[in-house]
Amino acid sequence: MTLKNGVLDPQGKAIGHSLNRLGFPEVGDVRQGKVIELEIAETDKAKAKARVEDMCKKLLANTVIENYSIEMI
Amino acid sequence: MKAAVLVFPGSNREGDVAQAIELVTGRKPQMVWHGDGDFEKTDLIVLPGGFSYGDYLRCGAMAAQSPVMAEVKKRAAQGVPVLAICNGFQIAAEAGLVPGVLMRNEKLKFVCGDVHLKVETSQSLFTNRYQAGQVIKVPVAHAEGNYFADADTLKRLEDRGQIAFRYCAPDGTVDGSGNPNGSIRNIAGVFNESKTVMGLMPHPENAVEPLFGGCDGKALFEGLVEALS
Repeated sequence: MTLKNGVLDPQGKAIGHSLNRLGFPEVGDVRQGKVIELEIAETDKAKAKARVEDMCKKLLANTVIENYSIEMI
Repeated sequence: MKAAVLVFPGSNREGDVAQAIELVTGRKPQMVWHGDGDFEKTDLIVLPGGFSYGDYLRCGAMAAQSPVMAEVKKRAAQGVPVLAICNGFQIAAEAGLVPGVLMRNEKLKFVCGDVHLKVETSQSLFTNRYQAGQVIKVPVAHAEGNYFADADTLKRLEDRGQIAFRYCAPDGTVDGSGNPNGSIRNIAGVFNESKTVMGLMPHPENAVEPLFGGCDGKALFEGLVEALS
């Protein structure tokens, strides 16, 4: 989950400033997000993805401000 | 006016708002535990402040999915008024009862202290005892009160008069100086479309006695009593 473009990310900004101060001037824009790992009892990948998509919309992400992407491991 | 105050694990202002309600109505509100799917019909439902579910995932996100909220959503859709304060506002926003979302404060700090609010409209159940343009002083206490909505939603809110309060300077000027958390357009409180649900970050229930440092929040509860009794 990451904040959508155009949504202010004060935590990302603070991290960027700190990195610049620590000697990483090449760091520009920083966006902070979060990762959620789910164990799913489902062997069909397409089905699992559709279910997780639903979970993202209902609870895991707030789609007013957040984008999400799903990765299968 | 019969009121119900919802209690989630981690709520901590339910006692304050219950006291404010008792002060103006003379009766204790019903306290409703989050796990209860059903509760007595009331004229008003209050979502109080606090840190429901430890603010896990996002503030209000877990509480918005709790059993009692399904019932609250149902009743709100039928027109039962809902007052959502602080964490309650975050819950209401997550539940889709009011538009927008409350993000981390712009300066990443917990803010705690009195703020000034400009009353945007007196045309609601919640603000009928105030004058439009009036400046009131009430406290805030939050780390995630930075209101955000996309441009289309903001336009709709402005056009339909759904903005209840804006943070302002003591003289009523709406600018950055009075904005404690970076909220877009200084928005401190909003209504749903029918103006039967109001969410706000400040705590009117903590400004109802002179000993609290001010009484400017009391008129909100008095207005509700007048409208709902």
